[in-house]
Amino acid sequence: MGQLNVNGNPREFEAEPDTPLLWVLREQLGLTGTKYGCGIAQCGACTVHVDGVATRSCVRPVSTLSGSEKIVTIEGLSKDASHPVQRAWDELDVPQCGFCQSGMIMAAVALLKTKPKPTDADIDAAMTNICRCGTYNRVRAAIHLAAGQLQRKQIAITIQTEGGAA
Amino acid sequence: MNSRRHFLKASVGAAGGLMIGFHIPALADTPAGNPELNAWVLIQPDETVVIRIARSEMGQGTLTGLAQLVAEELGCDWARVRTEYPTPGQNLARNRVWGSFSTGGSRGIRESNDYVRKGGAAARMMLVAAAAAQWQCAAADCAVSKGEVLHQATGRRLSYGKLADAAARLPAPTDITLKDPREWTLAGKPMKRLDTRGKLDGSQIYGMDLTMPGMLNAAIRACPVFGGKVKSFDATKVAAMPGVKKVLQVDESSVAVVADTWWRAKTALDALDIVWDEGPNAKLSSADVAATLKAGLDADDAVAFNTQGDARAGLAGAVRKIEAVYACPHQNHATMEVMNATARWTPERCEVWTPTQNGEASLATVIETSGLPAAQCEVYKLHLGGGFGRRGAAQDWIAQAVNIAKQMPGTPVKLIWSREEDMQHGRYHPVTQCKMQAGIDANGKVTALHMRISGQSIVAGLFPQNIKNGLDPVVFQGLNPGGAEGAFGYAVPNLLIDHAMRNPPVPPGFWRGVNLNQNAIYLECFIDEVAHALKRDPLALRRELLANSPKPLAVLNAVAEKGGWGKPAPKGHYRGLAQIMGFGSYVAACAEVSVDRKTGELRVHKITAATDPGHAVNPQQIAAQVEGSFAYGLSAALFGQCTLKDGRIEQSNFGDYPVMKMEHMPQVEAIVMPSGGFWGGVGEPTIAVAAPAVLNAVFAATGKRIRELPLRLHSLKA
Repeated sequence: MGQLNVNGNPREFEAEPDTPLLWVLREQLGLTGTKYGCGIAQCGACTVHVDGVATRSCVRPVSTLSGSEKIVTIEGLSKDASHPVQRAWDELDVPQCGFCQSGMIMAAVALLKTKPKPTDADIDAAMTNICRCGTYNRVRAAIHLAAGQLQRKQIAITIQTEGGAA
Repeated sequence: MNSRRHFLKASVGAAGGLMIGFHIPALADTPAGNPELNAWVLIQPDETVVIRIARSEMGQGTLTGLAQLVAEELGCDWARVRTEYPTPGQNLARNRVWGSFSTGGSRGIRESNDYVRKGGAAARMMLVAAAAAQWQCAAADCAVSKGEVLHQATGRRLSYGKLADAAARLPAPTDITLKDPREWTLAGKPMKRLDTRGKLDGSQIYGMDLTMPGMLNAAIRACPVFGGKVKSFDATKVAAMPGVKKVLQVDESSVAVVADTWWRAKTALDALDIVWDEGPNAKLSSADVAATLKAGLDADDAVAFNTQGDARAGLAGAVRKIEAVYACPHQNHATMEVMNATARWTPERCEVWTPTQNGEASLATVIETSGLPAAQCEVYKLHLGGGFGRRGAAQDWIAQAVNIAKQMPGTPVKLIWSREEDMQHGRYHPVTQCKMQAGIDANGKVTALHMRISGQSIVAGLFPQNIKNGLDPVVFQGLNPGGAEGAFGYAVPNLLIDHAMRNPPVPPGFWRGVNLNQNAIYLECFIDEVAHALKRDPLALRRELLANSPKPLAVLNAVAEKGGWGKPAPKGHYRGLAQIMGFGSYVAACAEVSVDRKTGELRVHKITAATDPGHAVNPQQIAAQVEGSFAYGLSAALFGQCTLKDGRIEQSNFGDYPVMKMEHMPQVEAIVMPSGGFWGGVGEPTIAVAAPAVLNAVFAATGKRIRELPLRLHSLKA
């Protein structure tokens, strides 16, 4: 029996010590918002916060954690999707299939904590999560929006009809 | 039905998960007594409008687009709309009232727009008739607005929720007139998606996230060599490992471990010794496949598909000949969510919960594999963590899940593939090569073109019974002699496009964009080569060859103008163009790149892309598909290849199958330019212009013509 502090609550679980945190969250604690994508820390779908640091939970053995670290998953980011990053994501309609987005959002929140006004290069360096649908440009725009660096109209699309461009 | 819904909800609570937003989309959620106006529309007393969606949502936005089309005709309040999936079993039981469930080929909206709009219109007519009956007036004196029927003369109003019960008792109208798309107020607008919320807070349940009481988890390994089989395995070593419930052979080529958790199942599977009979392909390599395809480039057994004039004579008589050979490798779909399905089998009933692009094909697989009559089988569709064609025609993972469940009667078992299994057992983007030959006359005109494709046929791999006289028409996507799907736009008097079918034993599949992707690379890079050989501007040559093709010309001109073609680029930046017609739409792209000739590093800075899909149901979602198409198309063009060694795919995960990330992603400017009068798809066509536009820009930057993909095989150093 092990103990973790997840989303502000002490939680108990039973798993072998080398079990990755990801599978304890998903299979023992029922927190399925954190996703399995690769199992080798390549894709970032499993990103959670451990003491505020973006952490790829698929390669983090649960034995390296105790009840003392504060773990936050996508479910614990806010009660009602009201975190500024979630709101920016909503505003720009970022997700497509959505499977990678929990990890994207968690990585973005951690980035903004250390760099409240990130540059594009900061975003490139921090956001190494994989999205196969290709939401990268909207993820980038949403991070800038959450940081107060982007107006909604800046990512408008062009719609041309017979009557001309709208 | 209700009991099952409660069963699922209870199980999530028991597992300690969040209840918020948990919703398994199925008719199971429809409370008894709520009036169904027709198969597509159900209106609840609280004014909630339930719109049924037969096609699968996998990120492409079809759920929102189809709902817009129904709601447009229905005249309901968009804020009250929610959607649900009917089940494949219900579709079967109701004589396929929802039509096809197949979600591929960018057909979701273009194939079903007519009958879903009629569903919305018929429901509106019934609501109006019910109001008119109550007011004892003519239906023609009533109008609808945002979920209310209005009697224009008296100002009386009745809400849809209050009318639905009476309306549902009326006969379905037969004479239905649809709105002219020019009068749309909801469809055709850049609306936000309906399914975003659950993707922001982790509450969206994907197939992999499902839990049920008593559910076990399975990890699987199939013989890594294509065509190989299980010879033997020694279960004794792993049977006592933590949580392991059963070690079993799934079918002739795969073995699974079933345990209480998936992690324990996978851990035990990794420790399991399996001896394979690797079969006849055990020595096959990519070099073998390439040699077979190369021979096909000059073989006599090719099947012609698009013929104008006499290309061979035209080439023989040409003043100048230009020739080039191109090659595209196998690609894996690499959906973010790996293959998975949860199955429960008893001697009386078999049920499967799964992300699928074709619920009906899933049900057929369940029926066939379970050995039970159709009426005793059911499939529940869950949101897909990506599809891209992998979860459509081939339903291999579902057969596996049922085969496992059959060996554990009564126990729900969730099968999840590892990423490694997913990488090695894909249904791969087919491998093809192409020899391009152009004949030029004394005036510098292109008078002959022979395009010889050699390689794999998806149809031969998936539906061999559909191959007639060696012809797979899918191979010629975008190269058709005409028609609404993908016509070859260039006017060349002597044209021959033919295919020598060569099928290596690697299972092929429909991969987002399908053969249009390779064909656009061959055609659009070669046209660029011809332009440069003739010292012509690539835009000018295309315009000349498209002179009689106004729609392709319009998208090409749009990207040329907005992309700055012919104007000075930022220092060190170079541009490339591509256009094609596919999946019923016209697309073009102008890419802008730079190459550091010291390091060979390529940067794709910006892409301007234009799409004419005829009718644009949701321009914002079209733009999202266009943006995403460059991530998918350029992942393949720059990085992706699945290679064969010893009969197996060498790549295992994103480490050795790299894909585009944020740092590689160009700016994308999407121009949505619906010209009206037809319905084209948007999920796929733009993928095809991604690679050739960038490769042509790379040539402009470096003088290097990349003809063998992916680009990372080549150095761009000076």
